[in-house]
Amino acid sequence: MSSHADSAHAMHAPTGFISKYIFSVDHKVIGIQYYLLALVAVTVGIVLSVLMRFHLVWPGAHLPFGAGIMTPEQYLALVTMHGTIMVFFVLTTAPQSGFGNYFLPIQIGAADMAFPRINMLSFWVTFLAFVALVAAFFVPGGAPISGWTAYAPLSGLGEVTGPGEGLGQTMWIVSIALFCIASLLGALNFIATTIDLRAPGMSLMRMPLTVWAWFITAILGLLAFGVLLAAGVLLILDRSAGTSFFVPAGEIVSDTLLNHKGGSPILWQHLFWFFGHPEVYIAILPGMGVASHILSTFSRKPIYGYRAMAYALCTIGFLGFMVWGHHMFVSGMSPYSGFAFSVLTMSIGVPSAIKTFNWLGTLWGGKIILKTPMLFALGFVSLFVSGGLSGLFLAQPSVDNRLHATYYVVAHFHLVMGVAAIFGIFAATYFWYPKMFGKMMSEGLGKLHFWVTFAGAYCIFMPMHFLGIAGGIRRYADYTGVQYLAALQPLHKFITIAAFITAGIQLVFLFNFFWSLKFGAEASDNPWNATTLEWTTATPPPHDNFAGHYPSVYRGPYEFSVPGVEEDYIPQNLTPEQVRRTK
Amino acid sequence: MQNRVGTKGSAATAALLSILIVIMVAATVYVFVANLYPAPPPITANGELIDRQYNLTLYMTGVVFILSQIGLAYAIFRFRDKGQRARFTRGNNTLEMIWTSATIVVFLGVGILGRKAWAETRFTPASPDAIKVEVTENQFVFNFRYPGPDGKFGRLDPKLVSASSGNPIGLDLNDPAAKDDIIVPTLTVPVNHQVELELRSQDVIHNFYVRELRLQQDAVPGIEIPIHFTATKIGQYEIVCTQLCGLGHYKMRSVLNVVSDSDYQDFLKQQAAAQ
Repeated sequence: MSSHADSAHAMHAPTGFISKYIFSVDHKVIGIQYYLLALVAVTVGIVLSVLMRFHLVWPGAHLPFGAGIMTPEQYLALVTMHGTIMVFFVLTTAPQSGFGNYFLPIQIGAADMAFPRINMLSFWVTFLAFVALVAAFFVPGGAPISGWTAYAPLSGLGEVTGPGEGLGQTMWIVSIALFCIASLLGALNFIATTIDLRAPGMSLMRMPLTVWAWFITAILGLLAFGVLLAAGVLLILDRSAGTSFFVPAGEIVSDTLLNHKGGSPILWQHLFWFFGHPEVYIAILPGMGVASHILSTFSRKPIYGYRAMAYALCTIGFLGFMVWGHHMFVSGMSPYSGFAFSVLTMSIGVPSAIKTFNWLGTLWGGKIILKTPMLFALGFVSLFVSGGLSGLFLAQPSVDNRLHATYYVVAHFHLVMGVAAIFGIFAATYFWYPKMFGKMMSEGLGKLHFWVTFAGAYCIFMPMHFLGIAGGIRRYADYTGVQYLAALQPLHKFITIAAFITAGIQLVFLFNFFWSLKFGAEASDNPWNATTLEWTTATPPPHDNFAGHYPSVYRGPYEFSVPGVEEDYIPQNLTPEQVRRTK
Repeated sequence: MQNRVGTKGSAATAALLSILIVIMVAATVYVFVANLYPAPPPITANGELIDRQYNLTLYMTGVVFILSQIGLAYAIFRFRDKGQRARFTRGNNTLEMIWTSATIVVFLGVGILGRKAWAETRFTPASPDAIKVEVTENQFVFNFRYPGPDGKFGRLDPKLVSASSGNPIGLDLNDPAAKDDIIVPTLTVPVNHQVELELRSQDVIHNFYVRELRLQQDAVPGIEIPIHFTATKIGQYEIVCTQLCGLGHYKMRSVLNVVSDSDYQDFLKQQAAAQ
């Protein structure tokens, strides 16, 4: 089925630096390019958050390099850019476009993605989008202050609503629009590849759960990013072409009556969150796939309930499109809608719970090998449970009356996205680094990175629940003015100190990553004794992934500790005759 | 693995991870149970309903949280690599059915049990003799309008809005009903009497939140949104804006004064005299 493309691929290995490493159509190079982009983005994003945490505890402090005291609008610009950079350029980029690009084709036995040139285009458009976003810091007026959610009319009227809402907000919209286009193209590629390019014998039910996750995530992306793109276009029209999609009649800003008619601010929220909720599942689903994959491999047991896990991924994806209104319970939307969205949101907890039970079931009775990838996968499970459970509070509109727009929400989404999903990225990095770069990362540094990050993340985000329950409102530049909020400052201080430490230890990861490229121990082809197809080929894989010897698949992806078999793992590509049985 | 099958792993790593998880659970449960950062008690019957629903959710999720985290910690330690071979299984469909059904019942059950707390705040309309107050929000102030002795709200005209000339909500003084309207920056209401607020915004989306009421609602330009409450305790309570509205968001606040009936009548008289 794929042999024509494969041989064409094998004959056209690139030569020359530019076509090998810059404008490459090789999915492996593109995957690494996305990953490095995400690495730069996460560094920027963490710096922004450290500045935010610093300001919250010491609002009157003078920042270094003559920057002076942070103004409220600068704080809000940090909030906006931190959220935007992290959600789009880290959590949507690294797990899906980074690892997905690199390993989806190999895990299904293909030579490359279905559309390698479109793949290259997707990366470079994403890169452009990042440049456009960072440029917002440097344009007159500075970066936007409307949050990563950019609610209209705050974001829809230009500079009259606040600093940064002029050119800065425009750059933000341009960046997001470019990102949407890149993501749509990427989603097409992933879906076509998964459906059409699987090796002989690789039925859907023999795909690794990582492939399932990337596949479902791509479907979510295909359906969601178009809506965000449309919303962005409408917003730009409101800002510059005199339209009134999101601005009603009688709009008055600073005593000036503006000439708008008939728009609805709530429409922006519907469009944004129709995208925004699937987006957060786009951020977490690949992490779930990776966690399942690693938990099975390092417990030397099949994933517990493989079919249930695959169906759960599908169910989460499907329901993920039906719950966007839970971000809008107090928005002025009909309360009947609130009830409907609430029931659907509580329901989405069910497949998530199934996955958690099955992860525990995978560990149960296993032979748990606690190398760094496994530590991060286990951390993922713990953090996902913690973060997911707080969602059950926010899913109920009655309780949401108390908790909406408080730090409780900040705690919830950071635990699931800002930590669990990040742990998924770390787990994948430590797991696949040997295959991508031919070297092992330092196990000692990896463990150090894990312990401090795991403890630190809980120290940062668990206390935020208490801030929220006590009534601590989010996106406030300064808490010392409100009496009851000032009483919570000690908690803010604790969080900030934890944040400094946790951010600092990431330098160990960065060091380990780059140092090991040159000085790490040589990696064998299959250092983890894993079963999926990427471990059957050379380290790093050749240009066409399999040096012309494309595999066929004879079994599922998690055949560990099978009774009657000598080794405790069976690679997917071994024929039944090749499997050594015990006497 | 770099380890061959049959080589033992490190008990210390397993123990440390399990202990860390247990400490995290213990610390979290402690802070919740000891209520170290309490919210003030609610001052409405609805608020109590909401707190009851919150507590029910807390108990349910608390049990799940403790069981699953401790289960994870236990599994990590008990099944650490000691040189054993793993117990092969692909799963158990019966078990999957059981815990899936249990989860559906519990999650949806808790959700359905909260329907009254939601319905009371949003479906049940205000009673006809509720005290009506219009709330107009803009960057970054609250304005509260009472209808005055004639009981009628005067006409508003957006073209007349001018905070600098003392007409922040655009009152049209040509309308006789407008002349006695009371416009003040804080909200004063009598205790044990239902109040209906009509939330409006001039410029961007704001919000009205009083944590003791356990009630918040966005104020959206172009829409008038009614909410109602009956405060049962005299006191002063902070009103905050919770929807990001611009650089002054952090200092956009006001005060809810819940006073006795006689104090409320005095307030109205004083304000009427001042118009």
